[in-house]
Amino acid sequence: MTPKRNNAVLRVVTKQIIPMILLFALYVQFHGEYGPGGGFQAGVIFAAGFVLYALVFGLDLASRAMPARALFRIAPLGVLLFAGVGVYSLLKGYAFLDYTAIDPHDPVHAQHLGILIIELGVGLTVFSVLLLIFYAFAGRRRADSLTHKDMG
Amino acid sequence: MSEHALLAIDAVLLVILLTTAIAIARQRNLFAAAMMTGLFSLTLACLFVLLDAMDVAFTEAAVGAGISTVLMLGALALTEYRDHPTSRGQHTLALLLCVAVGALLMLAASEWPALGDPTTPVHQHPITAHFLEQSQQEIDLPNVVTSVLSSYRGYDTLGEVTVVFTAGLAVLILLLGVRKESNNEDDA
Amino acid sequence: MNLGLINGYAAVALLMTGLYIVLAYDNPIKRLIGLSIFQAAIFVLYISMGRIAGGTAPILAEGFEHYSHPLPHVLILTAIVVGVAMLALGLALIVRIYEEYGSIDEQHILELEREPDA
Repeated sequence: MTPKRNNAVLRVVTKQIIPMILLFALYVQFHGEYGPGGGFQAGVIFAAGFVLYALVFGLDLASRAMPARALFRIAPLGVLLFAGVGVYSLLKGYAFLDYTAIDPHDPVHAQHLGILIIELGVGLTVFSVLLLIFYAFAGRRRADSLTHKDMG
Repeated sequence: MSEHALLAIDAVLLVILLTTAIAIARQRNLFAAAMMTGLFSLTLACLFVLLDAMDVAFTEAAVGAGISTVLMLGALALTEYRDHPTSRGQHTLALLLCVAVGALLMLAASEWPALGDPTTPVHQHPITAHFLEQSQQEIDLPNVVTSVLSSYRGYDTLGEVTVVFTAGLAVLILLLGVRKESNNEDDA
Repeated sequence: MNLGLINGYAAVALLMTGLYIVLAYDNPIKRLIGLSIFQAAIFVLYISMGRIAGGTAPILAEGFEHYSHPLPHVLILTAIVVGVAMLALGLALIVRIYEEYGSIDEQHILELEREPDA
């Protein structure tokens, strides 16, 4: 994907907007308990910020900002966090994914902690998987030598 | 908002959804079809907001109008933009089948509860009261959807995260396993 | 006709439109779009079932008595995310098929397969 040259407005506006998008994604992630939001929405919005960056500035710069190698490690980390909480509960003698194992003296606090951790895991996995899928599609050259001008 | 105003806006949004779906069906240029799918998702998100489903509207807007459109355009850039014509017979057969099944389903739909009816089993079941009232004592989170998603139905969410991860893994194996532009093996 | 049933009728109409796109067209990307429309119809159905008159979104707040049911929201949230994962996987398969056969037209690929030196 080659960046276009004559899009000064797009570049300037994108540079202003992307930090707000990422901040909004973090807000949605951690305020998902008090308003609409949660891990899935936050992961998608965070990925959308990087997709916007790749669309305007090119895939090379985006790959340098968030390399695929890092994403390969973040995606399983999210699933591991989620399942890890469950296994931790098992090891403590409670049922799988029973959050009272985190803090047996205060179950409500334990629920809050457990939900926070698993939503973080969900957000990490959704963000990294969606961005990796985008990198895979965007970084691929066409197999034949047609360009966009040749197609309908 | 009164129920009449809500039903009016609801009807308008449903008409837009149906028109967009029919337009997508008749569209031969797939680029335009992908764009119209983005429009479809955004209208669907508006409909969800009207029906008091905030979390769902959020997700549908972000996922449907954002990521889905980008992925479709990426796939279209790698394949073809035009649709090959199919035979008249295939269209007629499909239309007949869909009209027949649709008629049967509409007959069934006339028995379904009206929008917002509080006497349906969905609202009368004791689990509803449990989610909406007991969750205050047990979890104490204002967003009941989050508490149901993460705590009461946590297994489903674990399965969902695993599905997303597996799909990403499969896409990576498919698209990064064999590179066309270089002869080196991927060493990630 | 009871006006509260329009959501059900519209969901059925969308369902049949999606099914028509899958059946009547050969292009696999178009059929995936039809499948997405099919899924959207199911979402409309579920969310309509969860709504209660005079209620609000299931976020507990002062001054509200009725809330729409949270469980359909949870199910549809899962379904939306799984749907986009399925879309991504389907599109990746289509891209690979195109690279292997040079076309995504089903009839063309079957002809290529039938030739002995494909």
